[in-house]
Amino acid sequence: MRQLSLLIGTLVLLFFFNAGTTAELSGHVGLEARYFAHAPLFAEQKHHNASINIEPEIAHQWDDGRQSLVFTPFARLDNVDTKRSHFDIRELLWTKAADEWELQVGIGKVFWGVTESQHLVDIINQTDFVENTDGEDKLGQPMVNLTWIKDWGTLNFFVLPSFRERTFPGNKGRLRPSIPVDHAHAIYQSSQKERHIDWAARWFHSIGDWDIGLSHFSGTSRDPQFQPSEDSQHLQAVYHQISQTGLDVQAIIGDWLVKLELISRQLPGKQYTAFTTGFEYTLVGIFQSDADLGVIAEYSFDDRGNKNPFRSAFQNDLMAGMRLVLNDIQSSEILFGGIFDLDDEAVLYTLEGSRRLGEAWKLTVETRIFSNITKTTDPLYSLRSDDHLLINLAWFF
Amino acid sequence: MPQPNMCHKKRYHLFIALGLYLLSTALGQAQTAEEKGLSIAQEADQRDLGFSDYQADMIMELRNRHGEKSTRHLHISGLEVDNDGDKTLSLFKQPKDIKGTAMLTHSHKLDPDDQWLYLPALKRVKRISSRNKSGPFMGSEFAFEDLGSQEVEKYKYKYLRDETIDGLNCFVVERTPQYKHSGYQRQIAWYDKTEYRLIKIVFYDRKNSLLKTLTYQDYHQYLNKYWRANIMDIENHQTQKGTTVTWSNYQFRTGLTERNFDRSSLKRAR
Repeated sequence: MRQLSLLIGTLVLLFFFNAGTTAELSGHVGLEARYFAHAPLFAEQKHHNASINIEPEIAHQWDDGRQSLVFTPFARLDNVDTKRSHFDIRELLWTKAADEWELQVGIGKVFWGVTESQHLVDIINQTDFVENTDGEDKLGQPMVNLTWIKDWGTLNFFVLPSFRERTFPGNKGRLRPSIPVDHAHAIYQSSQKERHIDWAARWFHSIGDWDIGLSHFSGTSRDPQFQPSEDSQHLQAVYHQISQTGLDVQAIIGDWLVKLELISRQLPGKQYTAFTTGFEYTLVGIFQSDADLGVIAEYSFDDRGNKNPFRSAFQNDLMAGMRLVLNDIQSSEILFGGIFDLDDEAVLYTLEGSRRLGEAWKLTVETRIFSNITKTTDPLYSLRSDDHLLINLAWFF
Repeated sequence: MPQPNMCHKKRYHLFIALGLYLLSTALGQAQTAEEKGLSIAQEADQRDLGFSDYQADMIMELRNRHGEKSTRHLHISGLEVDNDGDKTLSLFKQPKDIKGTAMLTHSHKLDPDDQWLYLPALKRVKRISSRNKSGPFMGSEFAFEDLGSQEVEKYKYKYLRDETIDGLNCFVVERTPQYKHSGYQRQIAWYDKTEYRLIKIVFYDRKNSLLKTLTYQDYHQYLNKYWRANIMDIENHQTQKGTTVTWSNYQFRTGLTERNFDRSSLKRAR
């Protein structure tokens, strides 16, 4: 896989050199530090860590903008965790757009959904979990994506020819399961393992104040379940064959943004339903300033409940948060919120802030506090001592 | 001062009525200040019909009261829509950290505009509430509503007077926003009498205090019909901050279609 990526990378670079001055290079380099408030729970873990990350993007457009090739590699080098040091091709995608259709071939990233606290409907890409626990960082997914654009909406068909395993921190890293994950021996339900060809389809449409998406996925679950290895020294990730139907709706009702994500997932021998629903309300120009204050509340439910060993962290949870956007020259903003487990006292508090420095730098600060996580069955249980502050300083070029 | 008696008053009124009648017949029809204001806005709108679509580059220079500057680069494309508001796609190029971010607006005459924001890092298209109309566009002194499609129906009009500014004979018209969530009580707009181009707009906030002055400079005519100002300069009188927008590379009738202004197009924009 690695050699293949290198070969593809070289070919792409040659192509861009040929494309000459019309290819556009941009991207960012970041320096990140993570400070953990408490001593680690497990002996091998190091207390704090620092890392550098780089994500350049080379893009070339031709045929009057109807065709494009985009190459976005990503790399992180971590001073503690060898598993967090990793390389990925986030995007290596050729796009051809015509009047009523669009074809994309290569490695890409696709986002589906409308809610903020979790992303139930979003299923095409695997989560790059070593990057962040919020599940918003994704690994590049090999795909053929055909889009058909009509008056009655947009139809997307995906063929996903190979599967990416979720990334997990290594023994020395923080924010990991109590028993380290065995990175080399994932278990697949399908005999074709990561070569199983998955497919997906989505229809979406905007009708007046309503944005509606209906999707279906069939193939290898992006969400692994875990089982102890034979020697009980490791956890093995188990990837089942699933089919998932999803609905995402967003509506503007008066001054309110109302959201719903609903999924029904079929696993071998069982089926479950989960949803997230809520609203966003924005107060514009608070205290006679230019700042906007958004109030966000979302409720999540998962019918597996909190007794199931494969329960979700969002089985009966309420997220409440506020987003302050200063609308200043530096584009400063702060998001503060908590996800409250309504079955017990567990709360996950999050604070995210960012601000541009000068014209080309950006400072990001992120805090997560895992509070009152006492139930051993809670998926966040092994993270209960991992309250941390992350600071990232990025330079954009 | 002696009071005129009833008889005199009646006769006096009769005279005025007769005078007005003669005057209005002489002029063909009487026009109220509101009607005249509306007809000026309609004429300006009429003269700008038929451009079909356009593309242009935009540089915004933001200044604070200490003279510190910051710039934003955008590529703007627009599509003329019959019987509804225009569609606009704004693609951000600079600052670099928001490069690739794109905003799609389907504006409407009186209904709230539909607006989507594309965030390239997450590949996410987000619907945004058009409540933000009065909010600053990218930290500048331009509000979203200042840069949106200026449909005739968005305001009520009242002709105030004629005035000459910078040697141009102008109509001075008061515009009162009719859409929800405007940050303005009213605006005073100067249209030049020969070409019906906007020369200047003075904005009054919701409390009717003087807020901003926008001036249009360096007008150029495209396709022998459409006038566009290369420079739009705005001064905020309350904060002493300012923004200068410089337009370049204006192109009209470039063959853009609805397809360039749908949600899928947001992800392709670069």
